[in-house]
Amino acid sequence: MGPDVLDLSRFQFASTSIFHFFFVSLTVGLAFLIAVMETMAFVHRDRAQIYGNMTNFFGHLFLINFAVGVVTGIVQEFQFGMNWSQYSKFVGNIFGVPLALEVLMAFFLESTFIALWWFGKDRLRPALRLASIWLVAIGTQISAFWIVLANGWMHHPVGYEVVGDQAFLTSFSQVVFNYKAWLYFLHVQGSAWSVAAFFVLGISAYHLLRKQDVEVFSRSLRIGLVFAVIGSVFSATSGHRAAQVARYDQPMKFAAMEAQWETSKSPAPWSAVAIINEKEQRNTFNVEIPYLGSLLAYNRLTGNYEGLIPLQERYERELGPGNYIPPVAWVYWNFRIMVGIGMLMLLAAFGGAFLWWRRRGRLNDTRWYLRALLFTLPLPWIANFCGWITTEMGRQPFMVYGLLTTVEGVSANSYGEVLVGLIGLWIVYLALIGLDIYLLTVTARAGIHHKPEAQMLAAPAPNYAGEGFQGYERRN
Amino acid sequence: MDLVTLWFWLIALTFTLYFFLEGFDFGVDILRPFLARNEAEERALVGTIGPFWDGNEVWAIAAAGVMFSTFPVWYGTLFSGLYPVFVIILLSLLMRGVSFEYRNQVESQRWRSFWDWMSFLGSLIPSFFWGLTMAKLIEGLPINADERVLGGFAEVFTPFSVVGGLATTLLFMLHGANFLLLRLHKDTELYNRARAAALFWGALATVAILAFVVMGYVTEGLFNSFGVLPWLFPVAAALTLGSIWYGLTRRRDVLAFLMSSLTIVFSTVTIFIALYTRQVVLPSTLNPEYSLSLRESASQPYTLVLMTWVGAIFLPLIIGYQVWNYYIFRERVRPEEGGLNKGYD
Ligand code: HDD
Ligand code: HEM
Ligand code: HEM
Repeated sequence: MGPDVLDLSRFQFASTSIFHFFFVSLTVGLAFLIAVMETMAFVHRDRAQIYGNMTNFFGHLFLINFAVGVVTGIVQEFQFGMNWSQYSKFVGNIFGVPLALEVLMAFFLESTFIALWWFGKDRLRPALRLASIWLVAIGTQISAFWIVLANGWMHHPVGYEVVGDQAFLTSFSQVVFNYKAWLYFLHVQGSAWSVAAFFVLGISAYHLLRKQDVEVFSRSLRIGLVFAVIGSVFSATSGHRAAQVARYDQPMKFAAMEAQWETSKSPAPWSAVAIINEKEQRNTFNVEIPYLGSLLAYNRLTGNYEGLIPLQERYERELGPGNYIPPVAWVYWNFRIMVGIGMLMLLAAFGGAFLWWRRRGRLNDTRWYLRALLFTLPLPWIANFCGWITTEMGRQPFMVYGLLTTVEGVSANSYGEVLVGLIGLWIVYLALIGLDIYLLTVTARAGIHHKPEAQMLAAPAPNYAGEGFQGYERRN
Repeated sequence: MDLVTLWFWLIALTFTLYFFLEGFDFGVDILRPFLARNEAEERALVGTIGPFWDGNEVWAIAAAGVMFSTFPVWYGTLFSGLYPVFVIILLSLLMRGVSFEYRNQVESQRWRSFWDWMSFLGSLIPSFFWGLTMAKLIEGLPINADERVLGGFAEVFTPFSVVGGLATTLLFMLHGANFLLLRLHKDTELYNRARAAALFWGALATVAILAFVVMGYVTEGLFNSFGVLPWLFPVAAALTLGSIWYGLTRRRDVLAFLMSSLTIVFSTVTIFIALYTRQVVLPSTLNPEYSLSLRESASQPYTLVLMTWVGAIFLPLIIGYQVWNYYIFRERVRPEEGGLNKGYD
């Protein structure tokens, strides 16, 4: 038996989301970093030239990536109706609201002010231009907030009541103050900042290793370091909390993250490596670190948690027959990779901060560290990918936890149309991600003296050069 | 007016604004290969819509988002029922959306030509399919008793829907040319070419729109239920199209643009009137009983109240800053200036 419409729809949702998030995690984080850079240019008029160049350089990279985030987002917005119409009908009363709020509060703001910021370079007063990039940055956070809130509701529905075949909203404030959603938001936020911080770090390190434009890149390195510290601490602490919360509101997911088949003993160990046999429901091989499991789940050295098999029995009793165990190995491994990367990021960020403190200006010449930064550049992306897989796969077989299974949510599409659509989307996604990476690499390598012949131009503008602060709107 | 009705009309408003705004940027991109003779002109034409197209496109996203929250049944049935159509629209928009940013990133004519093709097709194809979707919206889909849509891709193409698609495409081209008359410097050759294009494509658009109205009115009997003077619509359509002609030949550019905008507004509103008078949001071609009714497709009252607050706060704000955006970039474009190297040296 090959894949059916359901499998195809799941695969298409997962791939669209993963592609979308690949781009937007950078957008969310980098928007903030650039806003900070531009603020520096605005405030330190004597160094406006340097920070102006920095803003333009990273702004150009930002724009290349922004475009793809936007277009993949449209697919996201339409696919609920296209592939998950039954789901849309079930949750529309509730789920549609944050989605609509995202459009009305964020997308319009971003798309309008990004144009004003970039194309309005020589026609907006500096203060307005600065305000524009801040509005873009705030817009990206608002957009992340609402969409993650919507997603958080699916993991932990609150403020609703099910009547017949529809869920009804009973309290919007409960939906907005859903602790699960806030936790996810903080975690996603931390990871987006990490992505952008390590992106800036990697590129700055590349140029510092070649001693190019040291005055610009040594400063962007330091801005990146600050963000890397904040981002990785955020990721780790909120992630830790997310795991604890999952232990009681999504126990299946937690048990799958730990590949814990039977209820654990107390104090519980933490499995570092396991070979999982899902058919026989046991681990054939397991390296365990004592106490760490309890520490993860409770912040103390005692305490145990339920295993998959007893949970399955409990769910069957409460919700009727069915298989409630998510794909354990997927969840387990993706969780481990994410956490491992999180640790590496902490190391890289705090290591850098330490070197900065001890060595001051000589940080720019600490070649081994700069070289290491080149390798950390892709890591946060991988962690993001693994994080979403953990979260979303750990929720299976439910689409809305405890209320609606994935099978019930899917549209009545034909196999052929979904398959053809999926192939079409994949071809375009692969092309777009390839182009994005290619153009980012070329532009990042070329550095600040690269003159893309190039930028798209809005309209002819009277030249206001010299107005505001010097060199702000020009390179070199 | 109760909230269900209010939101039905706000959705109509969102679609109307979308077609009015994205209509001209689609139009400019479709006309670009016909108008531009060299790279400087290509860039000038892109520059006329550069700061606007993204903000315009968000209106389509808003339409989907608002439909999801206020009419989930309508949203789910329409988007899954026209699955292949939306895949095509999405694929086109994906390639078009990046073309603006990517065409100038690599210094090579083949690279640029590739992206010019993408923006051409990425505007032509969605124009046609959005028009087709609107026609299907009043014509109906084979919806069964379970609110599910039967039938495949081929059935999407009926004479009425195809004419609807064609009329929309041509209308957008006319609208785009009219927009160019407001955005290009009057002393350029490009400006004169845009006027010629407006006259040429405008004539074709007139034929297609009249055919669409007549088909909808006479052949398909779709607008019968209007309850108003039935000849009003063809006459109104003819009048607005006539004034575009007048505006173009007398060099009253603003009038021409206003009238093509009105044509789009009227056509879109007509579609929604045709639904409203029947109190359905999506008719079923199998059995009128299976049609999605206005009331039953809507969200619960609480959600609608929430959305009304949201709309009341944000819609005026959005319209305000979008208008400001148009004001900031109001200067006319000319090829030499908008050409190479400016603003980024
Ligand atoms: C607003 C809701 C929402 C949000 C913000 C996300 N997802 Fe999700 N995801 C869903 C709503 C959803 C869903 C509609 O509920 C799916 C489709 C099928 C399913 O079971 O859940 C889903 C499935 C799904 C799957 C497949 C799981 C499976 O079928 O086993 C993956 C891997 C992801 N998503 C990944 C992501 C990524 C990378 C996201 C970041 C952008 C993301 N999701 C955000
Ligand atoms: C399934 C859920 C999602 C949907 C339906 C969705 C929808 C969209 C849409 C329609 C756009 C295009 C907006 C435009 O044209 O300007 C977009 C872009 C974007 N999305 Fe998503 N998105 C989802 C998930 C996410 C997540 C999880 C994040 C971040 C945490 C995110 C952040 C962004 C950002 C930053 C942009 C780019 C900038 C912009 O808004 O224009 N999105 N998304
Ligand atoms: C350092 C230790 C980390 C821990 C303990 C941790 C923990 C978690 C947990 C438990 C989840 C699942 C939440 C749930 O579904 O209930 C999760 C999800 C996720 N993680 Fe992590 N994480 C860590 C680091 C990171 C890093 C470094 C990144 C990326 C840079 C990241 C990105 C994500 C993302 C994008 C998700 C999905 C969204 C969400 O559920 O919030 N994580 N993480």
